[in-house]
Amino acid sequence: MKFFGLLSVIIVGSLLLSATKDFPDWGDQDSPANEGPVSSFYIEKTEEKTKVPNMVTAVLADYRGYDTMFETVVIFIAGIGIIAVLRTYGNNDSTPKNQVGDEGAGLLAKITCSLILPFIQLFALYVVAHGHHSPGGGFQGGVMLGASYILLALAYGLARAKSCFSEKRTLVFAAVGIIIYVGWGVLCLIMGKEFLNYSALDSILPGGVEMARSHSMLAVEIGVALTVTAVMFSMFSNLSTKGRLDKGL
Amino acid sequence: MIWQFDIIILIFLVVTAVIALRVKDLLGASMIFGIYSFLICLLWAEMGAVDVAFTEAAVGAGVSTVIMIATVFSTTRRSKD
Amino acid sequence: MDIIIASFIEEVIVPKFNYWIYVILMMIGLFAMITKNNLIKKLIGMAIFQTAIILLYVSVGVKSEANIPIISHHGHQEHVENAQDEKHSSKLEVSTDDKSDKSDHHAIDKDKFANPLPHVLMLTAIVVGVSTLGLALAISQKVHGSFGTLEEDEILDQLKPGGHD
Repeated sequence: MKFFGLLSVIIVGSLLLSATKDFPDWGDQDSPANEGPVSSFYIEKTEEKTKVPNMVTAVLADYRGYDTMFETVVIFIAGIGIIAVLRTYGNNDSTPKNQVGDEGAGLLAKITCSLILPFIQLFALYVVAHGHHSPGGGFQGGVMLGASYILLALAYGLARAKSCFSEKRTLVFAAVGIIIYVGWGVLCLIMGKEFLNYSALDSILPGGVEMARSHSMLAVEIGVALTVTAVMFSMFSNLSTKGRLDKGL
Repeated sequence: MIWQFDIIILIFLVVTAVIALRVKDLLGASMIFGIYSFLICLLWAEMGAVDVAFTEAAVGAGVSTVIMIATVFSTTRRSKD
Repeated sequence: MDIIIASFIEEVIVPKFNYWIYVILMMIGLFAMITKNNLIKKLIGMAIFQTAIILLYVSVGVKSEANIPIISHHGHQEHVENAQDEKHSSKLEVSTDDKSDKSDHHAIDKDKFANPLPHVLMLTAIVVGVSTLGLALAISQKVHGSFGTLEEDEILDQLKPGGHD
C-alpha cells in the first residue's frame, strides 16, 4: 500500500512539477489571469457601479451572488448533516452521570472570558457591518460570532452556552439566514428585475441604484452571518458531545 | 509581495505539514495543524489576499482546530502512524 | 559569484517557488490520504490538499506592484498627483470623484490592485471546507462509536466475516 501510494504520488507530482514551468511568473502583472476581461472589469468598475471600496465583498455578494447563496446552503446542509449523523434517540442511559462534571474551566478562565466576550461579539458585528470598507464580511463575522459562543461553552460549560443559544434557536437562525438571502433575491424578482439583481431595489432603498446595491450586499451578508454563526456553534456542540449535547469538553 | 517572507513561510509550511502528519499523538497533530493554518494565513496576508487571510485566521486556525480537538477528546488520542 | 546566485534566486526560484510548494503540499496531502492508517490523519491530509489548491489560486492572482484589493482614497490622491496631464488640483479631484463617474473611471489603475477574483472563489471554499471537515469528523466519531477504534486496518479486521466481532 505504501509503495503504491508513493509511486502514484511521485508520478502525479512529477507531472505537476513539469507543468509549473508553463505557469506565469509569481507576481506577473500581465499574466492571462490578471489581464483577463473579467477581473479587469471587477477592479475598474466595482466602486463606480456599487460604491463599495472592497472589491472582494462586492464581487462576493453582488456579481457572484448565486455562488455565495449556494455555498451558504452547503454550509447549512453540512450543519444538518452533522446533527443527523450524530444524534441518537432512545438509549439515553449514559446522560445522567455526565451531568456532574459540567462546571466549565477554572475561575481565571471564566473571568477572562466574561471580560472579553462582549468585545469579541461587538467586533464580530463590526466585521459584518464594515465589510464594505475593510476586510471582512458575512463569513468572517459569522465565524467570529460562532467562536464567541464556543468560547462561552469552553469556559462556562455547554449548558450555559445552550441557555443562550439553544438547539432549536440554532436551527431557526441557520434557516432564517438562508431565507433572508433567498428572500432578498425574490424581492428583486418581485420588483421586476432578475433574481439577485439588486439594482431593482432603488425605488425602496435610499441613495440611487449604486447605494441600493451596496445596502443589498449588507442584507445578504447578514443572512450569511446568521447561518454561519448557527452552523459553527451547532457543529462544535454536537462534535464535542457526540451528539448528546450534555457535557462539553 | 515581499519574496523573502514568501519563501520563509512556504518552507515552514512544508515542515509543519510533514510534522502534523508524522506525530503519533492525535492531539499534538491537531495543534500542529492549527500552526499550519496560522502560517498559511500569514501567507495569504503577505500575498495581498486580506479577506482570505481573515477567513483563514477565523476558520482554519480557530474553529477547525477546536472541532478537531473536540473529536480527539471524545474518541481517542492513540494513533499508530 | 554572489551576483550569479542572486540572479539565480531572482530569476528562477522566486517566480516559480510558490508553484513548487503547491505541488509538494498537494502531494503530501495525497500521500497522507492514501497511506495513513488513522482516520483523523487522513482528514488532516485532506485539509492540507485543500489549502494547496487555494495556494495555487491565490498565487496566480498576485501582482508584484499591487496593493490589497480595497480602493482607498489615499491611493486615489497619490495616483491623481502622478498624472500630470490632469488640469485639476488633487484635492479638487478627490472631492468631486464621488459625483462624476468619468474622473472615477480614470483614477483606477488595475495594476495597482491585486486580482480579486481568486480571492472571492477561495474565500467561500475555505468556509465550505471547514463545514465538510466537520461532517467528516462527525462520521469518524460515529465509526469510533461502532468499532471502538479509528485505525483503518482494525476496522477492516472487524468487518471481515471471520473477524472477532
